[in-house]
Amino acid sequence: MSTVNPVSNPAAVLPESQSAEGGETEQRTPLQRLLHWANSGVTSVIVVFIMLIWLVPTFGLFVSSFRPAQDIKATGWWTGLLPPWHFTIANYQSVINAQGLGQALLNSLIIALPGTLLPVAVAAFAAFAFSWMHFPGRDWLFLAIVALLVVPIQTTLIPNLSLFTNLNITGSYLAIWIAHTAYGLPFAIYLLRNFFGALPSDLIESARIDGASNWRIFTGILLPLSVPSLASLVIFQFMWVWNDLLVALIYLGGGEKAPLPLAIADLVNSFGSNYEVLTAAAFISMALPLVVFFSLQRYFVRGMLAGAVKG
Amino acid sequence: MATVAQQRTLPLGSSKADLQRRTSWTFWFWAGPAIVVAAIFLFYPVLNTIWSSFFNFDTTQFVGVKNYQKIFTNSSLLEVLRNNLLWLVLATAGTVFLGLVVAVLVDRVKFESLAKSAIFIPMAISFVGASVIWKFVYSYAPAGKPQVGLLNAIITSFGAQPQAWLITTGINNFALIAVYIWMWTGFCMVILSAALKGIPAEILEAARVDGASEIAIFFRIIVPMISPTLAVVTTTMIINVLKIFDIVYVMTGGFYKTDVVAVEYYKQLFTNFDNGIASGLAVLLLVVIVPIMYFNIKRFRQQEAQR
Repeated sequence: MSTVNPVSNPAAVLPESQSAEGGETEQRTPLQRLLHWANSGVTSVIVVFIMLIWLVPTFGLFVSSFRPAQDIKATGWWTGLLPPWHFTIANYQSVINAQGLGQALLNSLIIALPGTLLPVAVAAFAAFAFSWMHFPGRDWLFLAIVALLVVPIQTTLIPNLSLFTNLNITGSYLAIWIAHTAYGLPFAIYLLRNFFGALPSDLIESARIDGASNWRIFTGILLPLSVPSLASLVIFQFMWVWNDLLVALIYLGGGEKAPLPLAIADLVNSFGSNYEVLTAAAFISMALPLVVFFSLQRYFVRGMLAGAVKG
Repeated sequence: MATVAQQRTLPLGSSKADLQRRTSWTFWFWAGPAIVVAAIFLFYPVLNTIWSSFFNFDTTQFVGVKNYQKIFTNSSLLEVLRNNLLWLVLATAGTVFLGLVVAVLVDRVKFESLAKSAIFIPMAISFVGASVIWKFVYSYAPAGKPQVGLLNAIITSFGAQPQAWLITTGINNFALIAVYIWMWTGFCMVILSAALKGIPAEILEAARVDGASEIAIFFRIIVPMISPTLAVVTTTMIINVLKIFDIVYVMTGGFYKTDVVAVEYYKQLFTNFDNGIASGLAVLLLVVIVPIMYFNIKRFRQQEAQR
């Protein structure tokens, strides 16, 4: 192994290095093997340690949400893990019945479903145009929309609010659907355009020569080939709309149309008297995004690759 | 290439001008809704906010740069800017650095997808949910009483005094930033990990055989090769952190010297009813973002040219 000179012949580096490595594994001393094992062991221990730090806070909330109110206030959640157990589902019951969070959950669904599908649909149409249609100034328009990605939402609040008020839709679901569509658009177009644009041009052009309409190309070729990136975008947008606090606070305000995060924020602000309700409410609000995330996780990661890593 | 395609799709008997008109119509049909929505609800508000920042509290009187003067001289507003800067540096660096380290580490363990899921879970949780979780971690009781908060239970078991993590100035900002890092490290990790998978294994093997240390491989090979992705992740984090609102609003309400620009904006607008100052604060965020936007457009054009 010591006789190998890797720089002497660049063309031979790869085969040489492979054989050198093969020799190394065969000749590894017990000490080297021990070091290697310890090294990977240390990495594993570090990763497990980080995992624990990341999971423990969520786990604590999960345990707390099943504990009686007086226990939550008196002792740490970890003491509840030891017998005798006093687990209960009373917190969840009181949240859904007494505190009106059931209505908030329904509101969240009413807001999140159109708030996810509208921007994804509008962005998919635009991304198709931006990637496969020729139009003077097309790239400038696209650049302008990508630039809007970095506009802080805060700057749009006052003008949009006054526009909605003029249209007399402030406080309605329509206003918040439009708002989420607008705020979700730049990222959605950016991600989908990257993906659509990367599809082989032969595919699209030959379909055009065969006389396929744009609609046919869009629904028959583009969408089926883009399922991973569409799925990842749907998850992103859903999580964002579902978890949104600021947009709901501004355009909907409180009241009977308030979605979950807003209702929970009210509970947190009036903290102290209803700590136990808080735990269950927070867990209810995170349950659905977790289900969506786990069921679509495969697509999610692969779709991210399309947008972020390409080029 | 594009002209060839156009000629090929040209139906018999139609002139080039006809085609131009038709493609232009089709383009607006498909991209129009998005462009109109973006123009009305994103672009126009930006212009409007810049305009309002030069006017008084109800936008009736032109005041020049007075709002900006106040932002940069008023001590409580200066503190807001300082806090945002602290957030910008620590939260961005923390998430990107930890995300990178974790991505490199999970690449070498057998339970990679399990580890990734664990670290990504906080991404699926709302800021509000995360705030509730972390109230359980930071909860405080006076010394001698049983500690309900995990962090205080740990440090008191080592004999230290319990801390009011969210109230004690000097600690509370870091406590809030830690929550953000917990939430967004998973996002950085997933994207960076995907980029790591793109580095050919032969390059790493060759470096190892040549005797390069793992540290050298990390800095001389891994980091340069994933630098485009690092730029994407860092930009996303900077934009996110600048706009930070939820964590601070729910956990401290911006009190105890933890106020940040987005929370102060909300207060100025809905508590003080001062549209001028609020707009000025928003414009500051825009100004900070301009160089980052320029950098991204440059990077984006390089990408386009390489395609």
